[in-house]
Amino acid sequence: MTRPTPEVLAHRASTGAAASGTSPAGGAVAEPLSGGGAASGAPQGPSPLAVAQAAAQGRPVSEQMTGASCLIRSLESLDVDVIFGIPGGTILPAYDPLFDSKKLRHILVRHEQGAGHAATGYAQATGRVGVCMATSGPGATNLVTAIADAYMDSVPIVAITGQVARPLIGTDAFQEADICGITLPVTKHNFLVQRGEDIPRILAEAFHLAATGRPGPVLVDLPKDLLAGQTTFSWPPTLDLPGYRPTLHPHGKQTREAARMIVRAKQPVFYVGGGIIKADAADSLRALAELTGIPVVTTLMARGAFPDSHPQHLGMPGMHGTVSAVYSFQKADLLIALGTRFDDRVTGQLASFAPNAKVVHADVDPAEIGKNRAVDVPIVGDVRHVIDELITSIVAEHAAGRGVGNNAEAGRGGRLAAWWAQLDELRRRCPLGWEEPPDGTLAPQRVIQRIGQLAGPEAIYVAGVGQHQMWASQFISYERPRTWLNSGGLGTMGYGVPAGMGAKVGRPDAVVWVIDGDGCFQMTSQELATCALEGIPVKVAVINNGNLGMVRQWQTLFYGERYSNTDLGTHKHRIPDFVKLAEALGCVGLRCETSDDLDATIEAAMRINDRPVVIDFVVGKDAMVWPMVAAGTSNDEIMFARGIRPIFDADDV
Amino acid sequence: MQLMTKHTLSVLVENRPGVLARVAGLFSRRGFNITSLAVGEAEHPDLSRITLVFDADASPLEQVTKQLNKLVNILKIVELDPAASVQRELLLVKVRADRAARSAVLETCAMFRARVIDVAPDALTIEATGDPEKTSALLRDLEPFGIREMVQSGVVALGRGSRSITNGSTLRAAS
Repeated sequence: MTRPTPEVLAHRASTGAAASGTSPAGGAVAEPLSGGGAASGAPQGPSPLAVAQAAAQGRPVSEQMTGASCLIRSLESLDVDVIFGIPGGTILPAYDPLFDSKKLRHILVRHEQGAGHAATGYAQATGRVGVCMATSGPGATNLVTAIADAYMDSVPIVAITGQVARPLIGTDAFQEADICGITLPVTKHNFLVQRGEDIPRILAEAFHLAATGRPGPVLVDLPKDLLAGQTTFSWPPTLDLPGYRPTLHPHGKQTREAARMIVRAKQPVFYVGGGIIKADAADSLRALAELTGIPVVTTLMARGAFPDSHPQHLGMPGMHGTVSAVYSFQKADLLIALGTRFDDRVTGQLASFAPNAKVVHADVDPAEIGKNRAVDVPIVGDVRHVIDELITSIVAEHAAGRGVGNNAEAGRGGRLAAWWAQLDELRRRCPLGWEEPPDGTLAPQRVIQRIGQLAGPEAIYVAGVGQHQMWASQFISYERPRTWLNSGGLGTMGYGVPAGMGAKVGRPDAVVWVIDGDGCFQMTSQELATCALEGIPVKVAVINNGNLGMVRQWQTLFYGERYSNTDLGTHKHRIPDFVKLAEALGCVGLRCETSDDLDATIEAAMRINDRPVVIDFVVGKDAMVWPMVAAGTSNDEIMFARGIRPIFDADDV
Repeated sequence: MQLMTKHTLSVLVENRPGVLARVAGLFSRRGFNITSLAVGEAEHPDLSRITLVFDADASPLEQVTKQLNKLVNILKIVELDPAASVQRELLLVKVRADRAARSAVLETCAMFRARVIDVAPDALTIEATGDPEKTSALLRDLEPFGIREMVQSGVVALGRGSRSITNGSTLRAAS
């Protein structure tokens, strides 16, 4: 399942070779795909580029064919197995050779946004690059939301769009849109291909850019005349990216300094983000945490990066984080931030965030370091390499007798005993929980928790955006990376169903549960038709509270209970009827309205594996997400429940 | 004047379509203001050099530089310290200069070592190069005569000494 990323391969290949970012040696400016044994040491299966390299090894290909065939051959050579897309005028030439491809499965979605999120879900579930394809103009612009979503959450996808023929570009031709211009701010990079012979190289570059360094979406725009015309397919191509040199290896001086601070801190905390999952660093993180005995806080994007069952895990920080996680930041004397970006939903009011903490910040993207919070020890590098080097340095500190005690001794029993006592007390006093609705309606939190308990930690959970997303993060126990998929940065309602579809395609062996809201579900539910026809049996739990729940919660708290335009009518009028809608889309539709039926309904859904299932969980509309730090206020103002503030100020808690 | 926070960046980029839009777009969406911008081919036809002047405090400057560095088509960025670089801009200005005023205008030009490059019965077009302080001083002195139109290039700049921006860099040796 986990394949080494190209950067990991580069790391292995460069062991022993100087790879500092500034030396001429480090600037692998024009790196041939066939450039020497990078893949040879990979035990877990090769990266797309390595496969392409192996496929072409010894016998470079150079053949005449159409640009469209060139595109398909390039994708095959890059080890793509699935494309989510919809054909249309300008991309049509590409669909002709695609029809004959044995290696590429094309999944015909119902809306391009679905293709984009499916590619994202595929990438997040597998760690491989997701691919989506659309025609020019509206096809391309429909991808924009999904591309922006992938950009905010650093997900490696490649979007391939048709473009009007070169002579028509700039003439306001039919279905013309300047998609490179439109996606400039929301892609890691994009290309408008100008020559047919560039197609293989640009695709290889697109995949390389998407997957390496800080991952992200890359768009390749292909004019129709290039696709239809004849050109030369040459493989392997030579990448030409002189300005792209991500720093993967941390500076030893910085990691040693960080280790020195870690072993001396009295109230340290690991603040870990989605970068841990992207770098496949969950095992390394666990080793680091257990070596030091330091508490771990996982952001929304990092749920699953550290087991929820682990005694050192405090949960999620931020606006709807656990009291103990939020408190640990506010009282920490050292924050060790790994693969995370001090998002405003985590920090709350920045000026009062973690006021006493020194900050060690490690990220592969240097621009994240110091962007929001001043940093004492900046570390640029792939977070897995960073953690491995931190471990080495900490072991050395321990060996030298610094950082009293080691492994678990450093935790509850040893140097951090007082710190852990505070945190454990807070965990005991302020656990995550909910009050049963007084009107006897089904509690949404209970529904989500039971799904998690019955489906277990092997399943993949995909959420939409809103209250149900927060509850799915809070009340499902995640034990493994890549089992929790959601739209964290952009907060894209409608992400759930198509991303779940992509995850199921990438991990057909896994059970995929989409936890969606009634608002989110109605934005992209059409992709269930795709799932039904393509044999993608996802399970969708619609947490139907009849309202745009999170907005309603804010109206309750901040707008004097004036519920302007948040009632969707899915309760009052049962429009749409989700059971009938599910059946119309070729799925099994179930409904559950009481806690008595809850387990039986979930179990019934779990027995259906030949079709997608949709469950309409009719839940109360008044449930709210707690704890909560109101937007723009200090983390110190966290409310445990409405009107209840845990007192942070007393040192004894 | 906010001279204290004015920074000059010299940015070496791949000479490809759209690169300038990427740079300019980055400044606008991250909320930074460009004071002046000049672009031209560099010593190799595959390369262009952008000279950017903008206002920022130290921490936004670092953020701008880091964000610029992330653009795939950018090869190198250096900040040019005014004391360790030469900075020039070009000014073309059309000044009202009838028979009565002409000699005074010419006298001003001479003081600034500016050149007359076009003559009309009632106007002179003047060319001047220099650092931004010099060109703005010239403009100030010409103003009373009546400026009909003017155009300024952005600042272009090079580091002093024999080193090149590409020295020791990670550029392709021969492309």
